[in-house]
Amino acid sequence: MTSAKKSLLSVEAKKRLLREMLFARRFEERCYEAYVERKIGGFLHLYPGEEACAHGVIEAARAGHDYVITSYRDHVHAIKSGMDPKAVMAELFAKETGCCKGLGGSMHIFGVEQRFMGGYALVGGPFPLAAGIAKGIKMKGGDEICICFLGDAANNQGTFHESLNMAKLWDLPVLYVCENNLYGIGTRIDRSTAVVDQYQRVSGYGIPSKQVDGQDVEVVYAAAREAVEHVRSGKGPYFLELMTYRYRGHSMSDSNAYRAKDEERMWSKRDPIIMLRDRLVEAGKLTEDDYKNMDTEILNEIEDDIIKFAEESPEPSMELLDKYVLVENDPWVKGEAR
Amino acid sequence: MAEMMFWEAVRRAHDEEMTRDPLVICMGEDIGVVGGTYKATQGLWDKYGPERVIDTPISENGYTGLGIGASFLGVRPIIEIMSVNFAWLATDQIVNTAAKVHYMSGGQLKAPVVVRSPGGTAHQLGAQHSARMEKVFMGIAGLRVVTPSNPRQAYGLLKSAVRCDDPVFINEHELMYNMKGEVPDEEYFHPLEGSEVARQGKDVTLFGYNISVHWCMQAADILSKQHGIEAEVVDLYALNPLDRAGIVESVGKTHRAVIAEEAEPAVGVGAEVMAIINEECFFELDAPPVRVSAVNAPIPYNHTLEKAAIPNAKDVVAAVLKIFGK
Repeated sequence: MTSAKKSLLSVEAKKRLLREMLFARRFEERCYEAYVERKIGGFLHLYPGEEACAHGVIEAARAGHDYVITSYRDHVHAIKSGMDPKAVMAELFAKETGCCKGLGGSMHIFGVEQRFMGGYALVGGPFPLAAGIAKGIKMKGGDEICICFLGDAANNQGTFHESLNMAKLWDLPVLYVCENNLYGIGTRIDRSTAVVDQYQRVSGYGIPSKQVDGQDVEVVYAAAREAVEHVRSGKGPYFLELMTYRYRGHSMSDSNAYRAKDEERMWSKRDPIIMLRDRLVEAGKLTEDDYKNMDTEILNEIEDDIIKFAEESPEPSMELLDKYVLVENDPWVKGEAR
Repeated sequence: MAEMMFWEAVRRAHDEEMTRDPLVICMGEDIGVVGGTYKATQGLWDKYGPERVIDTPISENGYTGLGIGASFLGVRPIIEIMSVNFAWLATDQIVNTAAKVHYMSGGQLKAPVVVRSPGGTAHQLGAQHSARMEKVFMGIAGLRVVTPSNPRQAYGLLKSAVRCDDPVFINEHELMYNMKGEVPDEEYFHPLEGSEVARQGKDVTLFGYNISVHWCMQAADILSKQHGIEAEVVDLYALNPLDRAGIVESVGKTHRAVIAEEAEPAVGVGAEVMAIINEECFFELDAPPVRVSAVNAPIPYNHTLEKAAIPNAKDVVAAVLKIFGK
C-alpha cells in the first residue's frame, strides 16, 4: 500500500473535504435513525467508514462532467457528484420530491443532470454499463471519463471479467474503483475469493492497477489523480483498489455478528474523518471548536433543512404508478413519425 | 416493391439507420469481419468500420450491458445475440437494467437499445440450441417485444425499434432468414404495437406470430379448400404489449380461436391470448379456445422426435376440426 507523501490538496480543500465527509457520515447516521423510525423502507446500505473512497476519487475527477455509476450503497457518491441531499433524502422517504419521484429508493438513486448514472442493486451489474457509458463518451468525442465504484465482492461476478476484457480491448475511458471493505455481505473476502488482493486480479487483462489506503482521503486523492489522468489521456481503463471498512452491517437487516470486535476496533482507529481532522488540528489549521461547530452546523442542516423537506414533501401521485414503464408518446411506436 | 430475403431486409434496415445516424452502432459475436452468422450485418464492417460494427467477445451479459450503458448517452446500439439460447445469459442486463432503468430513475434515463436474436427450433441443434424465449421476455414490463413473420416486418420493425426510445427485443427465427418476401422500396416503419390480419375469414381466428403465422396460413388454405371453413389469420407481430383490441375484434367476428405457438404451452403466448379472450369476449365464444403448442420437453436431437416436438400446419388444422366437431 502507498502512504501519504506531500499533500496535493490545499488546506482549504482539506477543510472542505472534512466537512463533506462529516456531512456524509451524519447523513447516513440520520438515515439509520429514519429507518428505525420506519420513515425509510426497503433495504438500506450505509457508507460510514468508507467516506474517503468516494470523496477522494470524485474530488480528483470533475463532478458533474465525468460520469459516475455505482452499486446500491450509493447515497454518498450521489451527493459528492453534485446531487442535492434534499432530493436524495426525499427519495429515501419515498416522496414525490425525491430524485426518482419515490420510484427508485435507496438502491436506485439517479441524478442524470449531475451525471450520476445510478445505483444498481445487482452486484456487478454496473461493470458493463460503465464500459458502455465510456463507449458512448468515446463515440461522442468528449473528454469525460466514467468512474465505476463497486465493492470487492462484485469482482466475483462474470461481469467483472467480461467488462475488464472489453474495456481494455477497446481502450475505453473508464476508471474502475474497487472499494474493498473485506466483506461480501457477511462473508469475509478470504473465504469467498482465491486471490485476496483485488488489484492483482486485473493484471490478466493488461489494465494498470494499484492498491492504496482507502481510509486516508489524501492518499485516495493522490492515487485517483493519477488514475483519472491515465484514463482521460486516452490510455484506456484503470483499476484502483481502495482498502476500506464499513462500520455497519452490509444492510440494515444484517446483525453484523460475523466480525471480530478486535477487527472493528482496529479499523475505528483509522477513521477517515478523525484522521483528517487530527491532521488539520496538528498542523494548526483547525481547532477542536471549529470541528465541533462544523458538526453542529451539519446536524442542524440535516435536521432543519433536509429531514424537514423530506418529511413535509407529498407522497407520489397514483398517476406515477405506470407513468415511466415505457417512454410516453414515443412516435415511433406507431411507425409513422417521419 | 422488391422481393428480398429476410436477412437482406434486416441488413438493409441496419444500413439505412447507420447511414442516417452516426450514433447507431451494431454489436455481437461474429457480426463484423464475418458479417453475421445469418448475414444480417454483411458488408457493414467494411462500410462503417470497427468502432460502429463491433465484433464482441463471447460475453453475452457483458456486451449487452455495454450496449445498454452506451444507450444512456444516446448511442443506439443494435445488439445481435447469435442465438436466443445465449440470451439467457444476458437476461440480467436486459431485464434488470434495460427494462427498469427508465422507471426506477423516475423517468430520467432511457435505454434505447435493440436486442435482436433468432430463436426457435431449426435442424437437429439439440436442447441447448433450440430455445424459444419469447414467452420469457414478453412478460417483462418495460421491455417491448416484437417478432417479425416476413421480410417486410423484419425491415420495418427494426427501423422503428432503432428510433424508439424504449428497449426493444426482436425475436427472429433461425429458419426464416432465407425466406423471401416483398419489402417497400421506400423507407418503411412498421408499428411496434398492434397486429395484422394476414388473411380474412369468418369462421375461426388462427392467432400466430413469427414462424407460426406460416403454419396458420397453410392451415387456413387447407381448411378452406378441403373443409369449407374460412379461417382468419391474425399475425401477432407485437408480443409486448399484445394487441388486446385486435384480438377482441377478430374473435368478436369469428367466435372461435386457435393459437399456434412454437414454445411449450405453459405461461406462453397462447395462455396470454386465451386470458385476454376470457377477460374481454368470453360471451362471444361459440367454442373454448385451443392452443397448439410444442411438447412440454427439451428439444430432442433425433430428427423424427424433433419434428414431433414442434407443431405444424396439420396440427392447427386438426385443432380447428376438433372445434367444429369434425
